[in-house]
Amino acid sequence: MKALSLRQLCKTYNNGVQALKGIDLDVEEGDFFALLGPNGAGKSTAIGIVSSLVNKSSGTVTVFGHSIDSELEAAKSCLGVVPQEINFNQFEKVSTILLNQAGFYGIPRPVARERMEYWLNQLQLWEKRETISRSLSGGMKRRLMIARALIHEPRLLILDEPTAGVDIEVRRSMWEFLRRINEQGTTIILTTHYLEEAESLCRHIAIIDEGRIIENDRMSTVLRKLQTETFVLNLRGPLRGTLSLPGYRVTAPDETTLEVEVNKEQNLNEIFVALTAAGGEVVSMRNKSNRLEELFMRLVEGRDVGSGQPVSAPTAQAGAWPVPSPRRAVLQPQRPRPRAGSVSRQSSSANSVASCASGARRWCRRSLRRRCTSSSSAT
Amino acid sequence: MPPVITATLYFIIFGNLIGGRIGQMGGFTYLQYIAPGLIMMSVITNSYGNVVSSFFGAKFGRHIEELLVSPLPNWLIVLGYVAGGMLRGLLVGLIVTIIALFFTRLHVEHLFVVIAAVLLTSIVFALGGFVNAVFARNFDQITFVPTFILTPMTYLGGVFYSISMLPEWAQAVSKANPILYMVSAFRYGFLGQSDVDVGFSFAIMTLSVVVLFAACVWLMEKGTGTRE
Ligand SMILES: Nc1ncnc2c1ncn2[C@@H]1O[C@H](COP(=O)(O)OP(=O)(O)OP(=O)(O)O)[C@@H](O)[C@H]1O
Ligand SMILES: [Mg+2]
Repeated sequence: MKALSLRQLCKTYNNGVQALKGIDLDVEEGDFFALLGPNGAGKSTAIGIVSSLVNKSSGTVTVFGHSIDSELEAAKSCLGVVPQEINFNQFEKVSTILLNQAGFYGIPRPVARERMEYWLNQLQLWEKRETISRSLSGGMKRRLMIARALIHEPRLLILDEPTAGVDIEVRRSMWEFLRRINEQGTTIILTTHYLEEAESLCRHIAIIDEGRIIENDRMSTVLRKLQTETFVLNLRGPLRGTLSLPGYRVTAPDETTLEVEVNKEQNLNEIFVALTAAGGEVVSMRNKSNRLEELFMRLVEGRDVGSGQPVSAPTAQAGAWPVPSPRRAVLQPQRPRPRAGSVSRQSSSANSVASCASGARRWCRRSLRRRCTSSSSAT
Repeated sequence: MPPVITATLYFIIFGNLIGGRIGQMGGFTYLQYIAPGLIMMSVITNSYGNVVSSFFGAKFGRHIEELLVSPLPNWLIVLGYVAGGMLRGLLVGLIVTIIALFFTRLHVEHLFVVIAAVLLTSIVFALGGFVNAVFARNFDQITFVPTFILTPMTYLGGVFYSISMLPEWAQAVSKANPILYMVSAFRYGFLGQSDVDVGFSFAIMTLSVVVLFAACVWLMEKGTGTRE
């Protein structure tokens, strides 16, 4: 059963902006699906159409087999939506918001109270139930919207950037929470700009750019498309000898840091051998950037070169060699921690990669801008 | 509270101070004559104002999206807002009636007509407020209609006078004002006399309710002002 199915979905806003240019997308029941794309790609527009907040220009949408054209109410009852922007009545109490929402779905009051208690506890908001929602913190408001979206226990939960402006600890607990409800059977579609989040949570991804889907596959398949990967090695002290690594691209941002680009044919052993020969002692090692992020940049940046066509097997771009800057180091997103059950993915990472520095830098700048805007709108 | 103060002032100024000099209107004191008009005026402005502000507020605060995403049918959403507006309008109407009783004795000729007229009127204006709020894009547009259209129409709708006191042409113009029919029907319920045909009044009110309700539901279906 398909939880969501979009066919040739198009949207042109009144001001002439063509936000969606014929999107086809299928999300299976039980899936955990990431919808990614740069700002203005059309993610929220697509979600808006599915949740009937935006009128589509053409195309079809079915939710669990119910077309939004012919069986709108049935489609709507399967759906829970956490929008990108706050849209509850900021003058009402947390409990009132949830109970009203339950009322809109025809849930009897006593059941609604039970569920409210359950979901508020799950989202650590139970103590705040009597608070006027306006005085919640930004992260609490997001969680309130999640509780609100779940009170009628929808089969499909769509979250538009649920973790924007949320602190790391809450974000992690939100991930756990989403994983749990997904395991319990709720299909989840998520948009996010934190690609590590998508990588760690989702089984399928679609990347949308300028109103078109440019990638749509299993997460593991998509990640395997990465050809090269850059590792950052931290040394205990400066190298005593000269490092000889023919065929590898190596840079040294400073005396005790090396960045090595490794492609699918190469391996890490040679690097360690050469480092040992040069008297280097490696104390730690990490991926230079999130793998999904590297792929994302290749696909999205590909449009600048190849007019919006997917670049499925990217090759190292000339002139894309990293020029390390302190700003970039600060903006670097966190590394995903290796997890149990991700063995196949982890091993495939050994032969994946990329440098794509200019792109990544642009990405970082964008995500910085994003974070700024989201935090300012939360205040 | 503001409507209470306004109504009290109206009764003092028009009823006691000016009314005393006007004398009888069709066998009733001026106060008895304008009391139904003033009650109706408060019902009209409050039914309208309540729906305009709550629906526009929901649009402005975006929580209208809660309703739009939910499986509630559009007619029920319209009905909900209209019921809220009616409740508010009728409540204020009741308060004004009670205030009127401090100043004069209200005689009720046809209770059923009184109730039917006030109910229909508050539905009409609650629906009117809904239409206004659907189209409104900013706060100016929700005050424009009440200030520049509704208030003059109410004042000219025979709240304070009988149109039979007007010259011929002004009477004809007045008859194009739907509020006249509502106020007249309501007054007929109290006093048993009316400027216009009461049956015709009810026909107009019922027709307005049907047309406006259909328009509201249609606007919601289309997503005018609520969906992109
Ligand atoms: N109400 C609107 N009227 C006109 N154009 C709009 C409207 N909403 C969005 N757009 C345009 O549609 C395009 C897609 O916007 P959308 O909000 O779907 O992007 P997004 O992928 O959600 O981006 P973000 O990551 O910033 O949330 C953008 O070019 C945007 O300017
Ligand atoms: Mg968006």
